[in-house]
Amino acid sequence: MSRQSVAKAHQKIQELSWEPAYHEPVSQYGTDYTFRKAQKKDPLKQVLRSYFPMQEEKDHRVYGASDGAIRGNMFRQVQERWLEWQKLFLSIIPLPEISAARAMPLLFRTVPNPELHNGQAIQMIDEVRHSTIQQNLKRLYMNNYIDPAGFNSSLRDFQSDYCGTIGRQFAEGFITGDAITAASIYLTIVAETAFTNTLFVAMPAEAAANGDYLLPTVFHSVQSDESRHISNGYATLLMALADEDNHQLLARDLRYAWWNNHRVVDAAIGTFIEYGTKDRRKDRESYAEMWRRWIYDDYYRSYLVPLEKYGLEIPHDLIEESWNQIWNKGYVHEVAQFFATGWLANYWRIDPMTDKDFEWFEYKYPGWYDKYGAWWENYNRLATPNGHKPIVFEDVDYEYPHRCWTCMVPCLVREDMVMAKVDGQWRTYCHEMCKWTDETAFRPTYQGRQTPNMGKLIGHREWETLYHGWNWADVVSDMGFVRDDGKTMVAQPHLDLDPSKMWTLDHLRKCPPLASPNVLLNEMSDDERTAFAARYVKGGPAGRPAPADA
Amino acid sequence: MTTTQDSPKTERSVPKPVFTDAEAGAQEFPDSNSRRYNYYTPQKRKQSHYEDVTVEVQPDPRHYLSQGWLYGFSDGRGGYPLDWTVLKAWGSDKPSPQRGPGTGGMFVKEWPATGWHEFRDPNEEWELTLYRYNSNVVRQVTQNVEAAKQSKAFEQWNTNWVRFVEQHVGAWMHVDHGLGLYLYANANRRAPTNMHNNAISVNSMHRIRAAQDLALYNLTLSEEIEGFDGSAHLETWNNDPAWQGVRDVAEQLTGIDDWCEAIFAANVVFEPLVGELFRSQLVQQASPRNGDFVTPTVVGAAEYDFAERDLRYTTAMFELLTNDKEFADHNKSILQDWASKWTAQSLTAARALQPLWSQPDAKPPRFEDGLDRVKSRFSGIVTSLGLEEPKELSL
Repeated sequence: MSRQSVAKAHQKIQELSWEPAYHEPVSQYGTDYTFRKAQKKDPLKQVLRSYFPMQEEKDHRVYGASDGAIRGNMFRQVQERWLEWQKLFLSIIPLPEISAARAMPLLFRTVPNPELHNGQAIQMIDEVRHSTIQQNLKRLYMNNYIDPAGFNSSLRDFQSDYCGTIGRQFAEGFITGDAITAASIYLTIVAETAFTNTLFVAMPAEAAANGDYLLPTVFHSVQSDESRHISNGYATLLMALADEDNHQLLARDLRYAWWNNHRVVDAAIGTFIEYGTKDRRKDRESYAEMWRRWIYDDYYRSYLVPLEKYGLEIPHDLIEESWNQIWNKGYVHEVAQFFATGWLANYWRIDPMTDKDFEWFEYKYPGWYDKYGAWWENYNRLATPNGHKPIVFEDVDYEYPHRCWTCMVPCLVREDMVMAKVDGQWRTYCHEMCKWTDETAFRPTYQGRQTPNMGKLIGHREWETLYHGWNWADVVSDMGFVRDDGKTMVAQPHLDLDPSKMWTLDHLRKCPPLASPNVLLNEMSDDERTAFAARYVKGGPAGRPAPADA
Repeated sequence: MTTTQDSPKTERSVPKPVFTDAEAGAQEFPDSNSRRYNYYTPQKRKQSHYEDVTVEVQPDPRHYLSQGWLYGFSDGRGGYPLDWTVLKAWGSDKPSPQRGPGTGGMFVKEWPATGWHEFRDPNEEWELTLYRYNSNVVRQVTQNVEAAKQSKAFEQWNTNWVRFVEQHVGAWMHVDHGLGLYLYANANRRAPTNMHNNAISVNSMHRIRAAQDLALYNLTLSEEIEGFDGSAHLETWNNDPAWQGVRDVAEQLTGIDDWCEAIFAANVVFEPLVGELFRSQLVQQASPRNGDFVTPTVVGAAEYDFAERDLRYTTAMFELLTNDKEFADHNKSILQDWASKWTAQSLTAARALQPLWSQPDAKPPRFEDGLDRVKSRFSGIVTSLGLEEPKELSL
């Protein structure tokens, strides 16, 4: 490499920027934020002359480890319980990564500082790296892990599966709507700065504990890029803060982005880490402990709170409420239980919990067994087909939940469910905050202020709607979650690969038809709907229906 | 007398390796041998590594995305609207499946779902390839410049050549940088498939890297050559009349809204007629005659990026559209108009550069000869796409 110092080289490339003299670049994305042009430093200080070889060297390490894993028969020691959840995770994550690449141009015209654009372009190509390196990891799993089903169909499956749809917010939120809300606050300030800690640091540690050292190899390599992206977000945030007119929007966006990330990422990663592991050492950190360390202490206290003095309104109440959800209201456990209840609509296998797991959960989350133990015992009892139906149809003291219109995770903490008629349709929300996001934040006016660039929630947000009235065998067949014999399901509520123990479409054919909770909600009379809501919020925990006298 | 005593050993708390026998082939069961991505059909007989890491990552409501896009702009449109270009690929006019209560996923059975999904980058760029390629380039460029420094090669340059390099070779860095960011990187948000957008983002990095290669070369020259004005390129770019045509077109290119037009105008028209004219017909030809064997290696890296890689994916992309089974005529007619419009603009810019040919002491081949050569190459490119040579080429 050149002997020119990085600082000198970086200083030199600042000469590349120029102001248009004859024609303005195209402006394709809007924002309601205002930015004053000010001299700003490129926070990345990255010069491509050193950047490309650095990334190549990182690649050498990743691909060297991949070869080593195969030669060393890593898959003889990998826990299937863990790898199965990677079918979901690795089907989702390449899209958010590539969406982050696509998000960078949203900032070019809206943040008028060419010094920052160099860093954004490098982030763009970093994200191309992440997306394809993760697709490659999944490919390696598909080729070398015992059960390729679900890896081999992952991108088809992910695009139609309800869990995939939950995860998709983590991508689409980056690329649409108000450019600053999307590409800066949601993507870099919250998703990357706060939640990649659990995604790319905490989760790989759990992978290693389950015999998989490739996930940490790839994701730590990815995470080493994230720190640069965090600097991109920070520079834009400081610029936004410089104009007081932006403070109201920053407060709005931080509330939306924080809450949505908590609902989506904590649901998924919390489940992987707590229910996808076989490592039940009592001194290993639980997801709640990791969350406290990585998100509460590292992000909230060390990163966000110091910004308060610059005028940033921090959503202290929501951060405390997220912790309350995780610690007191069992958010992660409720989600994992729901994923297992709905195993038949997925494309991976979910291992039952054992006594050893129960003991660990009780130790880490006192009171866990009384809430969830009996249900997981039933899950285990009903795991292989034996004349009964999948657990969702059996009487196990569990009421199938309504889905949150905003975050699309079901309304699992039953007491928090709220309802509203929005855009002519009755919708359920998992929490008052998700209702606020739909009713108040994603609207063209906010607190009396015109916000014409704010995005919209669109799409068929309740998955069940599309299959209302369908036989389950037809649902699973339509989605393509079937193995190559044409009848055995990809998903199974256990890890036994003996074909005689595996569920098939024939088993599903005998099940009651799928009913969309939202369609049913909208068919109710006003009185019925009021009574439904009053009863729903008295249900739980662990999905228990409200007592008869409630 | 001494005694040995085992010190009490506390076992560290670490995860224990467990034999799980979870490797491929350990058991036979449905799907146990289905070890390829089964949701797309490869372009050739076998699925390529590039296709595996690229195809279908960016979803499409016309294919598997049954719940549709979840977040939209303020007008309610999400994802990657097909009308972000006026060009069309077969299936573009077919309405998206209208899904609702009880419709099911309405998945399109045949693959590809629309003509857009047929595109494959012939360079097969993904992270492994793009970092390898660009690392090799920056290493080679750096070594060339280092070797020149060691051998005092810059001492052979005459004054006029020093001025030429500081002003004119330097000025081109602004073209690379401006287009790299505001045309190519910008376009990576706009195309309807991952194959397009990834290829475009790699193109963007080529241009930004080339800009930085020139800037850092300029920095080295400032340190090595007494009197080399490292900021002269700014004055040239901002005020030299010879460059204002190039600057005018470059700025117009960044103002294009239609992503296909942007890529077409830049890679099919502007680069062959202006970029290659400047690099291949001027800098590369004049340098050796003026005792400079270093500049061609720096500029040559960018020349290779364009000629061997960026143009390659571009022609593959537009060939599909000009041969489209449904919209070939529609596309050709629009592309023909774009070719005319941008040919006229580019030739104006090219001609404005003519005074540069007379500046070095040892002259390169005549401007008109160089222009004829790039016109001839450009003509070959457009006719290979099934378009006619624009009449503006002979004006």
